[in-house]
Amino acid sequence: MKKFLKLALISLMALSLVACSKEAPKETGTPETTPVAGECAVTVGLVTDIGGVDDKSFNQSAWEGVLQFQKDNNLADECVSYLQSAADADYVPNLSTFGDQGVDVVMAVGFLFEQAINEVAPNYPDTKFLFVDAVSPEANVMSAIYAAEQGSFLVGVAAGLKALETESNAVGFIGGMEGEIIGAFQAGFEQGVLAANPEATIYVDYVDSFADDSKAQNLAVKQYDAGVSVIYQSAGNAGNGVIKEAKQRGDVWVVGVDRDQYEDGMTAEGNSVILTSMIKRVDSATYKAAELAMNNEFVGGITTFDLTNEGIGAELTTGRNLSDEVIATVADYAAKIKAGEIVVTIDTLVANGQSNKTQQAK
Amino acid sequence: MKINKRLVVSLISIALGILVGVLILAISGKDVVALFNGLLKGSIGYDIVNGGINLRYFGEFLVSAMPIILTGLAVGFAYRCGMFNIGCEGQVIMGSLASCMVAILVPMPNIVAPIVCILAGGFAGAMWAFVPGILKAKFNISEVVTGIMLNYTALYGANYFLKALPGSTTQRTVEIAANATLGNDFFKAMTNNSRLHFGFIVVIIAVFAYWFIMEKTTFGYSLRATGFNKNAAEYAGIKVNKNIVISIMISGFLAGLAGAIILQGTFGYGRMMVAPENYGFDGIAVALVGGCNAIGTLFAGLLFALLKVTQPLLQTSGIPREIGDIISSSIVFFVAIQYVIEKALLKYKSYKGGKS
Repeated sequence: MKKFLKLALISLMALSLVACSKEAPKETGTPETTPVAGECAVTVGLVTDIGGVDDKSFNQSAWEGVLQFQKDNNLADECVSYLQSAADADYVPNLSTFGDQGVDVVMAVGFLFEQAINEVAPNYPDTKFLFVDAVSPEANVMSAIYAAEQGSFLVGVAAGLKALETESNAVGFIGGMEGEIIGAFQAGFEQGVLAANPEATIYVDYVDSFADDSKAQNLAVKQYDAGVSVIYQSAGNAGNGVIKEAKQRGDVWVVGVDRDQYEDGMTAEGNSVILTSMIKRVDSATYKAAELAMNNEFVGGITTFDLTNEGIGAELTTGRNLSDEVIATVADYAAKIKAGEIVVTIDTLVANGQSNKTQQAK
Repeated sequence: MKINKRLVVSLISIALGILVGVLILAISGKDVVALFNGLLKGSIGYDIVNGGINLRYFGEFLVSAMPIILTGLAVGFAYRCGMFNIGCEGQVIMGSLASCMVAILVPMPNIVAPIVCILAGGFAGAMWAFVPGILKAKFNISEVVTGIMLNYTALYGANYFLKALPGSTTQRTVEIAANATLGNDFFKAMTNNSRLHFGFIVVIIAVFAYWFIMEKTTFGYSLRATGFNKNAAEYAGIKVNKNIVISIMISGFLAGLAGAIILQGTFGYGRMMVAPENYGFDGIAVALVGGCNAIGTLFAGLLFALLKVTQPLLQTSGIPREIGDIISSSIVFFVAIQYVIEKALLKYKSYKGGKS
């Protein structure tokens, strides 16, 4: 029984601790962190998919854009917030929660939100929605899409020029899932490679997953063994398998995707296997949407982020793995695309599991 | 008597679990009131701090409670017969798959369509559970091992079949026939556009059927007897092996129903899944806290769903969402160490008894 009394005493003490510490933040005057419309110039609510804001990829980049906007405009912390989704079933309630709170701009990151945003946006006609990476027909939704084919064209040029240095003269593409979205990456890459190096062989393989890095690594083994010197991977987390394989070999290259992956490709010797990276600035979409809403200039519809507004591009830092000549050539192509002299299409050339040479043989 | 003791243990565990959550919040200097405000808002939609009521939260609360009540019943049903149906997850997925395939491929008249699709889900779950059941009964192979393996088989197998349906993309199928969905505009209007759907009728029938079969029929009695002591039951003339197969199939049926109402109610289309969504594993916790009886499981399911739907509300008020997970796992922990609690209770009682 004494034990029980002791337990009771301890819990009582613990409870009194609760009482004490509960008052502490109130004395310092910590404000309610719930975003309330009116106190901020603009309030932003970002809903992530299952990844969360620290996924080192898409969601993180989107949230960084929001934070940068907050910093540039001296907004208080409670003006921006995010909700992480634990499952597909959370998309609708999470978007609605921000809608109910009267947040000015609700951001949905990633095409997985397609169904959810079409369902929620009509319920909150006065709320502005940003939909990153896919298109919604709703009037109050700004759909931010990326001309990934343009950036992929530029890295294709770099890869094609690199392949010229080898006897086999071959490059590879490893995508996550077949479809329009990754297809644009593939198409731009193919056109870029062939523009710079018309004789090149292009191998194309799909992982059928954005998560299965061991399968991606197997595909990389297949392509490198076939004589490929540069692989452009566009497969999310699975793409890390390609980088891993390249690191083990040491004498081959990978083109990174979505963000600068130079650091990810560092080998023990201090060299990076990342030739260059195709950069997709998700942060520029979230930043821009917040800015437009603050200035009352937000309109629904499609906004394309491409080379001209720097929503997309190739990573061209000098002193890394690209020679100055290659950088100059790539920049030249970039200028031509911006000027409209070169139009990059999203029509793919090579089928999954094939190369442009095997297809022509048929 | 026994049920009462279990109820007390569960209630104490829940209280202790919430206490742990409160303590962690308090120690880390977060606002404890926001937790309770979140729980209230998550359940009935009433917001004390900012005022106002929003029934959408109530609707979403029920939407997330329905499947885990069903999976809780599923795990509980098998457990009462001495089986641990950890393959619930796979049965949920197969239930979703079957209901999706029937809803897309078979045109049916209005009232028949949702019922047929739900039953298809249930039967698919039952058939998926039949595999570990028959292996256990015939060859005494652990249903835990086969169950876990079949979870992954179901996950990837279902993706394959969903992808093969006409009109499917790599992410999802087409919308199922409108008359097979469980949602309706009346609920939507009542609850401020929540996704509340008719699935709750399935849940109510399931809870009642569970109670009736378990407590009121000879069959239920023989199942429980098998669970208490297999050898004694066999000696008493109960067909133990038959009971094992039937109980896990009924369990699978309940899990399949959960899958069907998720598909027909919450989503309205089939999804390719990259990872299990843990409805089955939530069901284990729900059954444990609910003491494997019908009413207990119902309330435990509501509680776990509440903790789930409260998480985003906590996040928007500056409290880490993980506090919801901490509370629910603490509750499971305290139920798991129920002998400690029972012992404490016993000592307390004997102390009180000795005094008077």
